[in-house]
Amino acid sequence: MVIECKHVWDHISGYLDDTLDAETRALVQNHLEHCEICSAILDSTRNILILTADDRVFELPLGYSERLHARLEEEMKTIAPDES
Amino acid sequence: MTVGADPRDEAQMIAAILAGDTSHFHTLIRPYERSVYMMALSLLKNEAEAEDVAQEAFLKAFRNLAGFRADAKFSTWLIAITLNEARSRLRRGRVVVMESLDRPPDEDGHVSPALLRDWREIPSEALERSEVRGILQEAIADLPVIYREVFLLRDVEELSVNETSEALGITVASVKVRLHRARMMLQKRLAPQLKQVSPAKRRWFPWL
Repeated sequence: MVIECKHVWDHISGYLDDTLDAETRALVQNHLEHCEICSAILDSTRNILILTADDRVFELPLGYSERLHARLEEEMKTIAPDES
Repeated sequence: MTVGADPRDEAQMIAAILAGDTSHFHTLIRPYERSVYMMALSLLKNEAEAEDVAQEAFLKAFRNLAGFRADAKFSTWLIAITLNEARSRLRRGRVVVMESLDRPPDEDGHVSPALLRDWREIPSEALERSEVRGILQEAIADLPVIYREVFLLRDVEELSVNETSEALGITVASVKVRLHRARMMLQKRLAPQLKQVSPAKRRWFPWL
């Protein structure tokens, strides 16, 4: 059985997460080996996920952690966690 | 959400905090500082508001720690608190976020990816350029919120499908569908844009 590009696109995410069933995975795999457009889609998606997962994309505000712990320190003195 | 090399027994830390040794709370939350801020930022789109909501969420977690059920994960519980805090701030109208007026595409629909023949990897050194970071930030910020939340939890904060479903209170099937759509939307927008900023010149073929 051969599947069309459009059907392969529906499985890109599952393919990347390796959650496809064996049969679908084999169909997609086979298609990718012969279709440069679909393999470019897969590669670009994978690459984009690597880039967006990088901590440098969103940086924490300078001093965020220090301010957070100072505030917690201050407030925890006055509130005990609710034991009820 | 990676936890440091030393073993962390969160249940033990929580028990100690509830017994009155509150200093453990600082250690308990340290691995999640970034995720909490990121999720607040993803909804509020304003750094100062996000930081404020992050602080409030940690305080709320501290106050309600006795209500934390040991069968849940602390990280997931904390993120659910953060999202609630951010949403209630949005409802109170203190922050105005310009969401796209386009209705999010219906969940059964398809997103067609960008078709490229010659995709070349963008090396992660490209992230040293603020232009490239800006392109990625904007593309994520522009995702409709239901896709943005799932994408950030799964692909940026690296929660599992089950944890994401728990933190957002949606089914596992919805997590998968939304994640797929989010990824395809990002591919569609980013692949052509990133291709143009690619620093890779074909220097090894000087005649091209």
